[in-house]
Amino acid sequence: MRPFDFVRPNSVAEALAAWEPGAAYLGGGTNLVDLMKTGALRPGRVIDITRLPDLSAIEVAADGSARIGALVRNADLARAAEILRAYPMVAEALLSGASGQLRNAATLGGNLVQHTRCAYFMDAHAACNRRDPGAGCDARGGAADNMAILGHSPACIATNPSDLCVPLVALDASVEIAGPDGGREMPLAAFHMLPGDTPSEATALRPGELIVALHMPPGAADFAHHARYLKVRERTSYAFALVSAAAAFRMEGARIGAARLTLGSVAAKPWRIEEAEDLLAGQMPDDALFARAADAATAGAAPSNDNAWKIELARRTAIRALKMAASGTPDRMPALPASPFGALEAPAHV
Amino acid sequence: MSLSISTTINGTTRDIALDDPRVTLLDLLRERLGLSGTKKGCDRGQCGACTVLVDGRRVNSCLTLAATLDGAEVTTIEGLAQDDALHPVQAAFIENDGFQCGYCTPGQIMSALGLILEGEAGDDPERIREGMSGNICRCAAYHGITLAVQSATRRMDAEQKGDAA
Repeated sequence: MRPFDFVRPNSVAEALAAWEPGAAYLGGGTNLVDLMKTGALRPGRVIDITRLPDLSAIEVAADGSARIGALVRNADLARAAEILRAYPMVAEALLSGASGQLRNAATLGGNLVQHTRCAYFMDAHAACNRRDPGAGCDARGGAADNMAILGHSPACIATNPSDLCVPLVALDASVEIAGPDGGREMPLAAFHMLPGDTPSEATALRPGELIVALHMPPGAADFAHHARYLKVRERTSYAFALVSAAAAFRMEGARIGAARLTLGSVAAKPWRIEEAEDLLAGQMPDDALFARAADAATAGAAPSNDNAWKIELARRTAIRALKMAASGTPDRMPALPASPFGALEAPAHV
Repeated sequence: MSLSISTTINGTTRDIALDDPRVTLLDLLRERLGLSGTKKGCDRGQCGACTVLVDGRRVNSCLTLAATLDGAEVTTIEGLAQDDALHPVQAAFIENDGFQCGYCTPGQIMSALGLILEGEAGDDPERIREGMSGNICRCAAYHGITLAVQSATRRMDAEQKGDAA
């Protein structure tokens, strides 16, 4: 690890004032400290924001909206009764990620700005345009499992690894940001950036800006009774997704009133599919409908490596997630959250 | 640059001067405080061997910068036994063969204690396995580990009920 200055501000204003080019804000440290050890990140100053006041509250309003402080730990967010009730797929996504230890440390804000788990990004000795603009991309032709099938560019084929952000994008969450030029709020869907020619710009954060809260819009809780997160991975637990999906319905009688569908680990951002949502709205849920929605979800997908199999996996993951959502949010969080091995009627092959 | 922290470790409050902010809690415990029960496996938050409790919650000490712990309470494997009496989780690991080589065991025990304190897994083996998935055992003693956590959960539950009665 490279040497750095360590500062412990006591307010958001002090934290912003402590920022300088090359500085990093430290929350739970589960991603930042790891990447400092590998040498992928080399901040000259680390600003410990964990003692900033007023960033750890979860407030859910009667209209289904919420404001969640950026320093709420993943474990606390996942077990908060109001989150389980209003946005159960957010809790399910959180609990499918990392381990009990990591969830106790990791923060909401940190989850939003976490880096790709592309092995070539994390290895300081590999060429990476995202870490070192213009250096090239050793991921091309390399290990393909967690590489993109949507929205990738010649410069970068990495994916965003967040589970949490997938249902948050599906539910139209927005990000509240403090910065040297004042505060602003933006949709989470616009927060993560596709690589294009500038993969080093992973998020829309400007230099020195700090996430202070996440907002859920009114109506987000209307999807609570039919909302699931599904995560397909190489191990049963404690692994990043190969492909994941957040699927939710607001039912009107037996019909789908409104639908939400977002894929994870297929692109550098959570991949919301509004065409599929439009196709589902107003329909009676059935397997053929879900297959059409899944086709729309993967329209335009292209392998970035030897990973064409992820396109079919994404299609099937979308179908399965839609079926899980249709059968309803379980009363209790499953023992294996987001697992394809969870209880559901025998999966029909489609 | 010198940083100082005041941190309670296994019940004793210590004022610690850190000569370097890069020191992790794991290295502080092992290399500077002589508490080598906490193990270094991967040093990257992937294996769980370094698990300790900070303010009663299990975390990976390898990813925790010591400088962030001013005012915190840390419990390590050395802090569990009371004189000669093993902690119920330690006793359960022995009774259920919850290890072979023993290297991951302090982390397994601290993680198990953290899981039991979280109170959501109960003695359901499937929830215990999921809850313990952040602790890797190269000897694959997982069957015994699951039995040990079940047994310790029941014992601590019974003790708590006994205390309340």
